Amino acid sequence: MKSIKQMLRIAPMMAAACCFCLSAYGQSQPPSTYALTHAKIFTLAGSPIEDGTLVIKDGKIAAVGANVEVPAGAEVIDVKGLQIYPGLFDPITQMGLSEVSAVNATVDSTETGAYNPDVVAATAVSPSSEHIPVTRAAGITEVLAVPDSGGFDSSGARGVIGGQASAIHLSGWTINDMLIKKSVAMVISWPVIETRTFDFATFSRKEKPFTEAKQDYEKQVNELTDYLDRARHYAQAMGHGGPSDYQRDLKLEALAPVVRGQLPVLVFANRVRDIRNAVEFCDKQKLKMILAGGEEAYKVKDLLRSKGIPVILRPTLSLPIDEDDAYDRLLSQPAELAAAGVRFAFGSFDNSFARRLGQQAANAVAYGLPYDEALKAVTVYPAEIFGVADQLGTLETGKIANIIVTNGDPLELSTEVKFLFIKGQRTSLDNRHQRLYEKYLNRPKAAN
Amino acid sequence: MRIASFEILKPWRTAVVCLLCLFALPCLTPAAAPPDAPPVILIQNATILTVSHGTIEHGSILIKDGKIAEVGTSIKAPKDAQVFDAAGQFVIPGIIDCHSHIAVDGSVNEGSVSVSSIVNIADVLNPDDIDIYRDLAGGVTVANVLHGSANSIGGQTVVIKLRWGLPASKLPFEGAVPGIKFALGENPKRSNFSIPGATPRYPTTRMGVEETIRTAFAEARDYKKTWDDYDKRVSGGDKNAIPPRRDLRLDPLVEVLEGKRYVHAHCYREDEILMLLRVAKEFGFKVRTLQHVLEGYKVADEIAAAGTGASTFSDWWAYKVEAYDAIPYNAAIMTRRGVIVSVNSDDAEEATHLNQEAAKTMKYGGLTHEEALKLVTLNPAIQLGIDKRVGSIDVGKDADLVVYNHDPLSAYAVVQETLIDGRVYFDRKRDISEREAREKEKKALMEKEKKAEEKKKAEEKKPGAAGEGGKKAGARPDEKKPEEKNPGDKPKAPQTVAVSGGAR
Repeated sequence: MKSIKQMLRIAPMMAAACCFCLSAYGQSQPPSTYALTHAKIFTLAGSPIEDGTLVIKDGKIAAVGANVEVPAGAEVIDVKGLQIYPGLFDPITQMGLSEVSAVNATVDSTETGAYNPDVVAATAVSPSSEHIPVTRAAGITEVLAVPDSGGFDSSGARGVIGGQASAIHLSGWTINDMLIKKSVAMVISWPVIETRTFDFATFSRKEKPFTEAKQDYEKQVNELTDYLDRARHYAQAMGHGGPSDYQRDLKLEALAPVVRGQLPVLVFANRVRDIRNAVEFCDKQKLKMILAGGEEAYKVKDLLRSKGIPVILRPTLSLPIDEDDAYDRLLSQPAELAAAGVRFAFGSFDNSFARRLGQQAANAVAYGLPYDEALKAVTVYPAEIFGVADQLGTLETGKIANIIVTNGDPLELSTEVKFLFIKGQRTSLDNRHQRLYEKYLNRPKAAN
Repeated sequence: MRIASFEILKPWRTAVVCLLCLFALPCLTPAAAPPDAPPVILIQNATILTVSHGTIEHGSILIKDGKIAEVGTSIKAPKDAQVFDAAGQFVIPGIIDCHSHIAVDGSVNEGSVSVSSIVNIADVLNPDDIDIYRDLAGGVTVANVLHGSANSIGGQTVVIKLRWGLPASKLPFEGAVPGIKFALGENPKRSNFSIPGATPRYPTTRMGVEETIRTAFAEARDYKKTWDDYDKRVSGGDKNAIPPRRDLRLDPLVEVLEGKRYVHAHCYREDEILMLLRVAKEFGFKVRTLQHVLEGYKVADEIAAAGTGASTFSDWWAYKVEAYDAIPYNAAIMTRRGVIVSVNSDDAEEATHLNQEAAKTMKYGGLTHEEALKLVTLNPAIQLGIDKRVGSIDVGKDADLVVYNHDPLSAYAVVQETLIDGRVYFDRKRDISEREAREKEKKALMEKEKKAEEKKKAEEKKPGAAGEGGKKAGARPDEKKPEEKNPGDKPKAPQTVAVSGGAR
């Protein structure tokens, strides 16, 4: 009863939000040709080009350089004094999956149950989410929508296999326009030994002894092992004939590319014990692992480097995990990982804080990370880690034209994005916040 | 048997104490020796952002007895002065966080009743909360420590200085007007917190929130009258006058009516903001600050006309329905419409970079550099009624200062030192240089604890040495008790929802 009431309350709001958003898109035009001239261009694939030109054609970067000819018929935008960068890439969000995190009716990021390898983020991404234009205005052009990845006000109730993360452009009428790659990683929340839990059914804390918590943990890992074994056998069966030869199991089918080592697993773990266990497990299972979270990754930096495991770091602007950690532990970790040769990218792990991605990277620079590394960790590194660097991440001929034009360093707080292109389309920077700003800026003075 | 098990317990208790020491380690080093204030300090060659009267390049600040004695470009170092060369560095007044929940022992919410004015945060200040030190390292020198938002009228609040290393009694800001937390909207009406099987607590609507506050103040007014009548009789020489019965719940509300206690009201939506301003007018009190006030930009003129301050977030939004219309331009619009605005944290982590959060208003709404800086210095000082003491770099004010290595409104700025009352409470170089020793100390303590554990195990193995009690005493020492703090306050990581409701 209550949930129906809630739905009814939310419905008009959501409908209004959708209308609001669609009318703001205005991008039905077919791809056209643009030439951005007189810019300082940071290609991130070589040194910056002073006074360069970038040509966009049919959604792709057609040319970039100091001596590039402007093609006939191109729309020329003189961006003298401005700088061009690849759009930023936020590799962990719930974009389109969660609108108002406290209202269940608007949240599709976490499926119930421990094993959901068959669910795919792209299915539930709402192209009309107000988060998309707000995030875009901060210079983020593509993200991963990641199921079961936590986020603001998350209940913390997580499964073991959360589903498949999808890479999406932050623009499009439908998911078909937005999709970069439907399945880029399988999400695993690494089980942790928890002596204290919160039971939402009874709204009370529950405690158990360590030995019991450890047994529960081992049980979960054994189940996961069994699950992957079954998937392996299933994949073998799949290799020996069509579905008519065996009983279909969609969950195991979804895991086939994982056990074959084709689809990476994005493993959420923060504590050093959990990271070590996850690495050992993936090694044994021959899974291609990407670590997500990694608050104590610095404690196993050599292990991560030697195994070639990249990390999507949770926000640097977070308090240290332990009371006796150095106060700047998470701020200085990126510099330490970079020095040790561990590959990483920054992630917001959120929607409403996604626009802090640049700030997160800049703060890592303040605590010792080389600037170029920080910039790459929000552009080309996430693209590489998730296997889409052939299309995105740098400004090179042939890549998808996801581009931002700014009036300064894209990681700095005061910098504004002046132009933004997604798939070669000049895309609106208009968003809910700026619309409300303009509306109330113009409110006539109240008669008090 | 009992005695035996108690004996066994002893080394255990030592081990547990050691373990506790271990977690308190970072406190130990700075706390063991609170910084002594040298009588005279001279900071030289700094870019001084005074906030009240512009920027001074290559400026100096002379500190005497914890106060700012001189500010200028050519101050001669007195004979006995300790001189800091701050070439290339930026100095700002200490950051004031107008909405904090640090230094609180246990939950910030007394969620059982809708009017919880009887409780006082000042009673549960915890000077060992590591978040004090972390926020100090982010340049925060003063915090308005508030009760949570589970109640329409919440608990009493206290303004503290982040004097890390001093006891709880030394934290409160001397002479600062005490406050009380009010809360409107989803949290007091428990929209996002329901306990299965429990009867809902009144109020569950914004209408009910208004009536809860009105009812409480109607009672407070009557109560005040009984005291006023009594005082009149006593001063008229009536020796038989019987004093009215004290009501600890209404006392703070009487103080609100008398202007002796500030109201800090958590709110989001425009309608509830106007509601509270109406109720305040009806009962003749002032709302000192609206906290969060995420739709303040919609009713900025009304807030300005009421002479009420607004303390908001930089860019939080969409975590609940009442935050869906939140915009990062909020602070700028309200400022332009004449409201005194501050940017607050509501969160120990957010407080560590309030300078950056303030900086965002230059991008969102075009505030000037100085206006942006005011949002976390002079403006919150005004809101808390402590601007004669802190909030800007002026002669006679407390020497609460922050030294940065870059422009503090940049994401690349790192706090180098934080001073309170002319004492260096945070020194980044010292913090870094002490890390190795601290790590060693920690290892030594762990080693000691391990040995105690081994010794105990050996004793346990001796037949008859330990019975049930011994076994019990052996309950795992390596289980650190998870923080009991209300997780509703810490929004940025996956968290469980607090039973008693959040604060933001």
